[in-house]
Amino acid sequence: MDGRESEPTPMKNRTTVERKSERELVVTRTFNGPARIVFEAWTKPELLKRWWAPKSTGVSLLSCEADVRVGGRYRLEFGHEASKPMAFFGRYIEVTPHSRLVWTNDESDDGAVTTVTFEEKGGKTLLVMHELYPSKEALDGAIAGMESGMPETFAQLDELLVTLGASVGRS
Amino acid sequence: MVQYTRIGFDASFAALSDATRRGVLEQLGRADASITDLAERFHMTLTGMKKHVGVLEQAGLVTTEKVGRVRTCKLGLRRLEEEAAWIERYRQLWDARFDELDKVVEELKRKEKVDGRKRE
Repeated sequence: MDGRESEPTPMKNRTTVERKSERELVVTRTFNGPARIVFEAWTKPELLKRWWAPKSTGVSLLSCEADVRVGGRYRLEFGHEASKPMAFFGRYIEVTPHSRLVWTNDESDDGAVTTVTFEEKGGKTLLVMHELYPSKEALDGAIAGMESGMPETFAQLDELLVTLGASVGRS
Repeated sequence: MVQYTRIGFDASFAALSDATRRGVLEQLGRADASITDLAERFHMTLTGMKKHVGVLEQAGLVTTEKVGRVRTCKLGLRRLEEEAAWIERYRQLWDARFDELDKVVEELKRKEKVDGRKRE
């Protein structure tokens, strides 16, 4: 037996994302800790900024402010290296300690309202993040990406088809 | 499954090899259109356009729906594939965030234990 195997490796919990309806996206994940701790990590800016911009995304968090109380505002600024920062901001409209957070996304009129619920069971916490967009078009737009025009999408599709065509030809 | 996918890609490839059909897809990317609209825009007969739309439909790039006497065309599977790809990228982003959040949760749990012992 390999020595490493005897170390307890906590099983990684799965993150799921689903488009529940024309206007809703739902993200779920379970955490191996009580709700009060997970809630704390979402509501203290000094903790929030430790996980919101993981290195693997290649984007760094330039600033993170979050006044987590009803009516309080948040602002997160990101940057790709030295390029101009991109800001996400809005306000908290519901704050129920250890169980529920609701905030607005005010970057555009098509921004979603985000509800995060924390449900504790047997020392673990099921987190459900629900994003409700104002319209089907708003969510479609978020998915299509504001700047991604059709020509680029077409170029990508053409490229894909050429690659696949080539691999079919080889076999 | 592999076979099925391959047939799908071959059909897509054939469908996109024609300039008119690429134009039709571009047009449908802007707005849904009836076969009559498309025939007029591309200066074709109704029969000619029906054939092109049929090829695109078989490749899953376009879907059509007949309401009354008008057959409306819209983007098909391709759009769904894009959405699925976006959702997967979005999932990966949150998964990466949550992996970091796991570490914060572990640290807070340890801290809570130590503080608890101090209080005893």
